[in-house]
Amino acid sequence: MTTRHFRVWRGDDQGGALTDYDVEVNEGEVVLDIVHRLQATQAPDLAVRWNCKAGKCGSCSAEINGKPGLLCMTRMNTFGPDETVTVTPVRTFPVMRDLVTDVSFNYEKAREIPAFAPPADLKPGEYRMQQVDVERSQEFRKCIECFLCQNTCHVIRDHEENKAAFAGPRFFIRAAELDMHPLDARDDRKEFAQEEQGLGFCNITKCCTEVCPEHIKITDNAIIPMKERVVDRKYDPLTWLGRKIFRRDQLESQK
Amino acid sequence: MTTTATTPPRPRAAIAERTLRTDRWWLAPLLTFLGLAGFLVYATVRIFVNDNYWVEEFHYLAPFYSPCLSESCAPGSSHFLGQPFPQLPSWMSPAMLVLALPGGFRATCYYYRKSYYRSFWLSPPACAVPDGHKKYTGETRFPLLIQNVHRYFFYAAVLVGLVLTYDAVISFHGKEGGFGIGLGSLILVVNAVLIWGYTLGCHSCRNIVGGRLTHFSKHPIRYWMWTQVGKLNKRHQLFAWLSMFSVVIADAYVWMVASGAINDLRIFN
Repeated sequence: MTTRHFRVWRGDDQGGALTDYDVEVNEGEVVLDIVHRLQATQAPDLAVRWNCKAGKCGSCSAEINGKPGLLCMTRMNTFGPDETVTVTPVRTFPVMRDLVTDVSFNYEKAREIPAFAPPADLKPGEYRMQQVDVERSQEFRKCIECFLCQNTCHVIRDHEENKAAFAGPRFFIRAAELDMHPLDARDDRKEFAQEEQGLGFCNITKCCTEVCPEHIKITDNAIIPMKERVVDRKYDPLTWLGRKIFRRDQLESQK
Repeated sequence: MTTTATTPPRPRAAIAERTLRTDRWWLAPLLTFLGLAGFLVYATVRIFVNDNYWVEEFHYLAPFYSPCLSESCAPGSSHFLGQPFPQLPSWMSPAMLVLALPGGFRATCYYYRKSYYRSFWLSPPACAVPDGHKKYTGETRFPLLIQNVHRYFFYAAVLVGLVLTYDAVISFHGKEGGFGIGLGSLILVVNAVLIWGYTLGCHSCRNIVGGRLTHFSKHPIRYWMWTQVGKLNKRHQLFAWLSMFSVVIADAYVWMVASGAINDLRIFN
């Protein structure tokens, strides 16, 4: 057991500050353990959102020494023995209290995406897919909606004004998941991603991928492929010519 | 129709520090800046040198001057593509005619975009570090909308790869004619291999060969190609740097041999 120095942001939408604490740390603990100990011993009114403590619910997103991460997956032994550990709420979303933020921006963006649209001639129970066709989409289903990617994306983190026009990486993987889905019948996912979700805002600096606790290759497997699919439709003359000559746009089997 | 209650936006947490990162987040963009700036300086100097790019004795052609497409080119340095361009003005070198293609391919490459947006444009310099710009529109409008031409440059880069492969093959030329191997031949081969590793691992290539498909099961050959390109794509950053170093090393080696600064290390003939 050792005693370590912590700084935790305390406050609400009226203001706040980093508050110093010296707190006991034991072998094998994660930052969330320390926050719980603070609640139990020194700061019973410290607000923190958490649920599973196993990196699967996505609730305890915060910033630890300035890096976005899950409190429950950040091990204390990754810090130096004398290193001060600073814990702050995620910066991109409005603060409610202490480490708890209002992430409703993400749910609003989620509601804007057209839902999965199965082929009209299939009834529930008749869906058939080959594994090889759905595994790309399955990678994106690992998302735990911690919204760390949304938080670290500089498009909205540093530019609040872009929130209206930009859906963010979490919803680009949703767009890719649906566009790559073998049974999704909608043909306008690419246009939606570019025109409604603000795909073009992304300058592929990969911070979303760096912070993803599920190690989803957000940029390489979702955002860039979606950008490339937009290029297929809008900017590539060879693809355009091929679609016209071979009438591929009318042949569903070529998809 | 259902409606949801809307709440007025609340302010973010009032944290005075622009970033609270305590690690050396500045190191990666700094090294990237130095690496890319070094390459740009070398390339700029080299395209104005306009000399010492062809070693007649061993058929070594410097990559920066390949293919040599002008009547101004050193005798013997133009190969199967001929000399479609006339004599160039004295301030212009044959390298200026061709470098726009590989240069454009790299400038619009998804990896290089990440690297220079971070290191040159500080947008952002590192994750969770402020991007230092008052306004940000990304690649939604001119001029950055032009990044979408990466696809065209990929097509051109395949041709460049073929030319560099040809250069590597003809570099196996002996001092007294016939077959020969020198250190320069091996350097040009390694360079061609790394250039292909970089070109074929491109995200546009990955999309073209199969990424755009929705039903892989209906296109097994394209699915196989997509998986192979995917293996290179995972190492795209690595190949981007290795091929950038190799092209400089190959070019500088030919430059030094052609100028007589060093002798080519001959392994056979």
